[in-house]
Amino acid sequence: MRIVVCVKYVPDAAGGRRFADELTVDRDDVDGLLSELDEYAVEQALQIAEDADDAEVTVLTVGPEDAKDALRKALSMGADKAVHVEDEDLHGTDVMGTSLVLAKAVEHVGYDLVICGMASTDGEMGVLPALLSERLGVAQVTLLSEVSVEDGTVKGRRDGDTASEQLEASLPAVVSVTDQSGEARYPSFKGIMAAKKKPVESLDLDDLDIEADAVGLEGAWTKVDEAAERPARTAGTIVKDEDEGGKQLAEFLAGQKFV
Amino acid sequence: MAEVLVYVDHVEGAVRKPTLELLTLARRIGEPVAVALGAGAADTAAALAEHGATRVLTAEATEFTEYLVVPKADALQAAYEAVAPAAVLVPSSSEGKEIAARLAVRIKSGIITDAVDLEVGVEGPVATQSAFAASFTTKSRITQGTPVITVKPNSAAVEAAPAAGAVEALAVSFSDAATGTKVTARTPRESTGRPELTEAAIVVSGGRGVNGAENFAIIEALADSLGAAVGASRAAVDAGWYPHANQVGQTGKSVSPQLYIAAGISGAIQHRAGMQTSKTIVAINKDAEAPVFDLVDYGVVGDLFEVVPQLTEEVNTRKG
Ligand SMILES: Cc1cc2nc3c(=O)[nH]c(=O)nc-3n(C[C@H](O)[C@H](O)[C@H](O)COP(=O)(O)OP(=O)(O)OC[C@H]3O[C@@H](n4cnc5c(N)ncnc54)[C@H](O)[C@@H]3O)c2cc1C
Ligand SMILES: Nc1ncnc2c1ncn2[C@@H]1O[C@H](COP(=O)(O)O)[C@@H](O)[C@H]1O
Repeated sequence: MRIVVCVKYVPDAAGGRRFADELTVDRDDVDGLLSELDEYAVEQALQIAEDADDAEVTVLTVGPEDAKDALRKALSMGADKAVHVEDEDLHGTDVMGTSLVLAKAVEHVGYDLVICGMASTDGEMGVLPALLSERLGVAQVTLLSEVSVEDGTVKGRRDGDTASEQLEASLPAVVSVTDQSGEARYPSFKGIMAAKKKPVESLDLDDLDIEADAVGLEGAWTKVDEAAERPARTAGTIVKDEDEGGKQLAEFLAGQKFV
Repeated sequence: MAEVLVYVDHVEGAVRKPTLELLTLARRIGEPVAVALGAGAADTAAALAEHGATRVLTAEATEFTEYLVVPKADALQAAYEAVAPAAVLVPSSSEGKEIAARLAVRIKSGIITDAVDLEVGVEGPVATQSAFAASFTTKSRITQGTPVITVKPNSAAVEAAPAAGAVEALAVSFSDAATGTKVTARTPRESTGRPELTEAAIVVSGGRGVNGAENFAIIEALADSLGAAVGASRAAVDAGWYPHANQVGQTGKSVSPQLYIAAGISGAIQHRAGMQTSKTIVAINKDAEAPVFDLVDYGVVGDLFEVVPQLTEEVNTRKG
């Protein structure tokens, strides 16, 4: 079974994320890392591979040079090989373009199962797995908090807004997993050493037969016109509880007409 | 006047509030045409008409419940082709976003997700979004195709605006992909009798400081005194003290109520991502240095086991 895990390299949430001048996510001046939500995807891929007789896990990213760090982390967790799609013309690509590139790259690698995270921690759209499924023309089995693969069938539980559903589809399929699917493993020392020797294939747009104008800022189908930092909230009143804290709070709420 | 498609989120014909909010936003752009799918679809018409839908396109088929997402995308596409709208608006539930995304790629349109406001611009609708855990506000538009936009709950006021709401059957032919993912079982979420987390005017949330499933009774009692929904931090959910459906934050629900009360929650960035846009924020935490205090309109530094019950009692007394 060929498993491809899509992982994204994202700016660290703790590192003061911001927009660059042309209103794309600033990926140059902010430290990046493997999106924490994609660690869950790597973990489930490794578990599925461990339970299968003959499985290979490829981690795939579309992103700048530094995105190799995300691939290394996934390799050190235990993935077998990595593919990095990198091209100057990719800068500023929106989710439509990214899904196009990922679809071509997944086909290039060859797959039975694609596993994604539930959302990227920077864009937080949570639509890429559905787009990938649409473009590849294979089943979508998304937002799973539990997943298993047996005899060419993927099964999982999706906890929705109004109901919890059991899902089932035949491979090939695109899966996404939530942060409820099980803690991701830490890379072991051995894993980190082994990762250094694992193959990382680099691909550019030419390799994938994608025209430059289908991606990048120019090829994007959406445009950000303005980005403004939300004004800091004005400092509130803070009181120390000296036996009356609850009553004082009630007084405040009554003043605001909540009571 | 141009028509705007509005995808209806409903449970057995009962329209969920975010859809009514969408109708308010849709009316800024054009005449709302609603699309309601599945069991009870036609029953949505009265509520939709009351809030401005000129037409209600309905389709009932077992495919909508037996298979995941794709049948609904097929139907929304059929509606799109029948109406040729100026824009397509979909509630930002996880399913709504997936349906919208599939439609967008099929009709070669750009997509904007999780808008919190919409206005008319010279080059089409302009969507306001929050970015980076709500620390930025952006304005964006779609530059290719018919705008497909998903909108978060609580983004507009529900306004009555009676319109015809004529029910019309929508003809849908399902794609080959429609039956790709089978729903083999469905367990509806049990109602707690409290308001929906994402729709509530007041939310009371508990975190690691609540220190045990049984102690959440304190949080629930405060919530009930205020008619509020109950939320939880991921730490409380991971500990198994409260259901994941109630988690507030990046990987839980994002809420934007009039009043948010955080008890025993430190205010990590991922939690803030889901509540930072609340109108009034209140926190109770025994650590004066907790980052949550940077957000509050009113904060009490103290033990939640003292403060919360006293607050609840005082609220109940004042209500008489
Ligand atoms: C990818 C990712 C996604 C995440 N998504 C979410 C999410 O959706 N939602 C979310 O909430 N978190 C999320 N997190 C986790 C987040 O980073 C924090 O770990 C979490 O919010 C902490 O929860 P907490 O505030 O309840 O616990 P803590 O940070 O441990 O804080 C507990 C607080 O309670 C106070 N306290 C303790 N006892 C008392 C008492 N008796 N009285 C008063 N105060 C007391 C303490 O002073 C402390 O400030 C995510 C993390 C990652 C990496
Ligand atoms: N540039 C990328 N490279 C690889 N995978 C990605 C990329 N962007 C998004 N993904 C995958 O798609 C998922 C959802 O992303 P999104 O729809 O952007 O929130 C992520 O969790 C990843 O698994």
